[in-house]
Amino acid sequence: MTEVPPGYFLALAGLLFTVGVVGVLVRRNAIVIFMFIELMLNAVNLFFVTFARMQGNLEGQVLVFFVLVVAAAEVVVGLALILLIARRRASLDVDNVRLLKW
Amino acid sequence: MSLDIVVFGAMFVVTLGAALAMLFAHNAVHVALLLVLSQVGLAVAFLLQGAFFVAAVQIIIYAGAIMVLFLFVIMLLGVDRREALDEPLRGQRPLALGLGALLTAQVLYVAWQGVDLAFADGGETAIQEINSDPGNVLGLARVLFGRYVLPFEITSVLLIVAVVGVMVLARRIYSVAPAGDAEAERSEVEEVAV
Amino acid sequence: MSAPSGFAFLAAAVVGVPLASAVLLMFFGKRVGKVSAFVASGAIGLSFLSGLIMFFRMLGEPGEERSFVIKLFDWISVGDFQANAEFLVDPLSIVMVLVVSGVGALIHVYSIGYMEQDDRYARFFAYLNLFCAAMLILVLADNLVLLFVGWEGVGLCSYLLIGFWFEREAAAAAAKKAFIVNRIGDFSFLLGIFLIADEIGSLSVSEINAGAATMGATLATIGALLLFGGATGKSAQIPLYVWLPDAMEGPTPVSALIHAATMVTAGVYVVVRFSPLFEAGGATALTVVAWIGALTALWAALMAAFEYDIKRVLAYSTISQLGYMFIASGVAGYSIGIFHLVTHAFFKALMFLGAGAVMHALAGETDMRKMGGLRKAMPVVGFTFAAGWLAISGIFPFAGFWSKDAILAVAWEDGQYALWALGLLTAALTAFYMSRMYFRVFEGDLKVPDGVHVHDAPMTMAAALVPLGVLSVVGGFINLPGVLTFEHFLEPVLGEPEVPHGLMAWVLAFEALAVALAGILVARALYLRAGGAARRERLAAVAPWFVTAARDKFYVDRFYGRTIVAPGKAFARFCASTFDTRVVDGLVNGVAWVIGSSSRTGRHVQTGYVRNYAVALLLGVVVIVSFMFLRVAV
Repeated sequence: MTEVPPGYFLALAGLLFTVGVVGVLVRRNAIVIFMFIELMLNAVNLFFVTFARMQGNLEGQVLVFFVLVVAAAEVVVGLALILLIARRRASLDVDNVRLLKW
Repeated sequence: MSLDIVVFGAMFVVTLGAALAMLFAHNAVHVALLLVLSQVGLAVAFLLQGAFFVAAVQIIIYAGAIMVLFLFVIMLLGVDRREALDEPLRGQRPLALGLGALLTAQVLYVAWQGVDLAFADGGETAIQEINSDPGNVLGLARVLFGRYVLPFEITSVLLIVAVVGVMVLARRIYSVAPAGDAEAERSEVEEVAV
Repeated sequence: MSAPSGFAFLAAAVVGVPLASAVLLMFFGKRVGKVSAFVASGAIGLSFLSGLIMFFRMLGEPGEERSFVIKLFDWISVGDFQANAEFLVDPLSIVMVLVVSGVGALIHVYSIGYMEQDDRYARFFAYLNLFCAAMLILVLADNLVLLFVGWEGVGLCSYLLIGFWFEREAAAAAAKKAFIVNRIGDFSFLLGIFLIADEIGSLSVSEINAGAATMGATLATIGALLLFGGATGKSAQIPLYVWLPDAMEGPTPVSALIHAATMVTAGVYVVVRFSPLFEAGGATALTVVAWIGALTALWAALMAAFEYDIKRVLAYSTISQLGYMFIASGVAGYSIGIFHLVTHAFFKALMFLGAGAVMHALAGETDMRKMGGLRKAMPVVGFTFAAGWLAISGIFPFAGFWSKDAILAVAWEDGQYALWALGLLTAALTAFYMSRMYFRVFEGDLKVPDGVHVHDAPMTMAAALVPLGVLSVVGGFINLPGVLTFEHFLEPVLGEPEVPHGLMAWVLAFEALAVALAGILVARALYLRAGGAARRERLAAVAPWFVTAARDKFYVDRFYGRTIVAPGKAFARFCASTFDTRVVDGLVNGVAWVIGSSSRTGRHVQTGYVRNYAVALLLGVVVIVSFMFLRVAV
């Protein structure tokens, strides 16, 4: 077990999460946006593991499992959808989807 | 300077650096590879905190399977697409950066403050004990199939649903043409329909 | 005083039967058609019958114990103040009930024939019934609020009936004028009610009359005069008489019932009913009443003398005779005023119905210059009208002689010689203009508008004319000097008027008769005898400006038009065009504009870009986390 206090790990997780959020907002490619979402999920995993350490039991680590499974399922379905839409429209730019405007 | 801190420092730089670099990469493949790097760094972080099994699973499933899937899709859709990094929407970048900074500040504040509350040392020794006595995997198993067996079963259903869903999404509709009609056979595989 | 058994039922029937009939006829009248007339007449007849029964049973009680309060239901009860729906059945109100329902019944019968051709037959009878019900509520009410209900009710019915033929511009305008002028009077009346309620704390007749002395002279006078203001509106005295001549646009039965016998007498009834209030303020209130009555009587008589329209002559005559009733009330001769009210109801209604019969025969002609010698062609109408003429002129022994003479006598006895003189002068004028009308229409050579075939009145109309004619002859006998049955009957309520006795009484009576005969003779010289036209021209040449002014109703209508109506219209126009369109509409449209423009601006948030929405999400997250910071007080 490391000597580094858990606060630093929490800080890292927070920074990663924020990078993920900013990435979702700034990039335009649908798949890249998806990957930033994965980054956010990873950051959450780190949070859980650190909390498990802080609490002294393994429940946080079990939750990481679930996050992982859900992430996997989500990636599968999401990528399938992106594939289909990309074939239809021949573009991955998220900004093209703007019919529901004022 | 103990090894501990050096490893942590290196891991910190690699993970965060890779994540930041993702923001500026043009090519989607580069983004994916940087994400893999970031995830490996996270696996190290898990190891550092006594989550051995989760670290392994992170590498195998996340970096090994999910990211590969990403790469497959990128390949399928044109690997050399360059994404323009300009920003056509007004105010999007300043807002995103500003709000992101705010959020960071809040999270860091909580992280720094929250650590002082109640938890501190006791947790680490407990985990070390679990890791040494039944071992990390067995300990996890006891929790997973003990208290969390219902969520476990539900997530398995979730996986099945996801698989079935994707199969439905990806099916192709074949039109039936009379045998011997070569032209019809060539145009057999119609467009993918959902 | 607890009422004899069944009084409650009878009193309720007096009002309730015509009311119910009115409602029924309004909803189902069209379907029943001609039957509605009989339903309506039957209803008012039942009213009269109930009144009659109550009258006879009342006679069974000793003289002092003839006032009964009958409570119908609790109505208004707010804190200390109570105003209940109660009827007061006493000699005064029973007299009014009998007059209203009796004359009303005869007029209903008359209308069966008169309104035969009309499309809205049933509705006419519904309105007539409604009017009678409202008038009966007015005279039977035991408190001012209920009285006011009846007061407003008759005003409404007057409007509906004057404007019955509302397709005619003149009729619609006349109805409006009547209602609006009455409203001004009603405003004064309401102020009076408020004052009384504030000072005395109750609005019931007995409590007002008992507590009037406690109000203090000034307030009592003001209260009385405010009520009298309403009376000038309803009873067409100065200054609110202008609506009555115009009201002749309505069907003649309406003029007979409402504007001769009943509604216009409501003002007199109010003054008489609340006489203690008028007396409590010293002589002021009563003097005002008497003088307005006298001046109005003279004024109206002057205008009647120059009118050519037969109905308008009768209208001015009504105004004039109502003035007489107020003179009587003003000199504390209350029961005499009521006596004249009763006799006037007989002969005025009679003459109106007679005029109606003439119009009916001459296809609606009302100008007396186009008529002549009709007595020979229409004997029934002619003779009955003659009875009315002689009655109003005050010729012995017809009904009007007794009542008019009594008024002049009681004015003299009170020392009001000026009023007496005015009354005498007006009596002469009355005889003059009434004879003028009678001679021109019924005497002389037969003259009718072209193409008209003259016939006498049909059976239903004659059935009303004859009884009224008889009453005009013998009606005065209910109050013969010496016997004074009528006045004694009313004494418990109204006290005993002071009349001259002995020689003075004879002298006054003789003088009244003399001036009346003088009036008739002058009229005969000007209108009946040969050379009359030349004499008229010579007379008119004496003061032509006077003649022109009189013909134009002394410019009163024009004066009111310029001072009151025109500013009112200008104000209304301002409200409609400027205030309503700019301020009110501006406000409403402004609200809409604010909402519209803010949403036009606000909707730009929906850009359609998913990434913009994601930023919004992030913003929400940051806000919530900040909020949680505040709550947890980190």
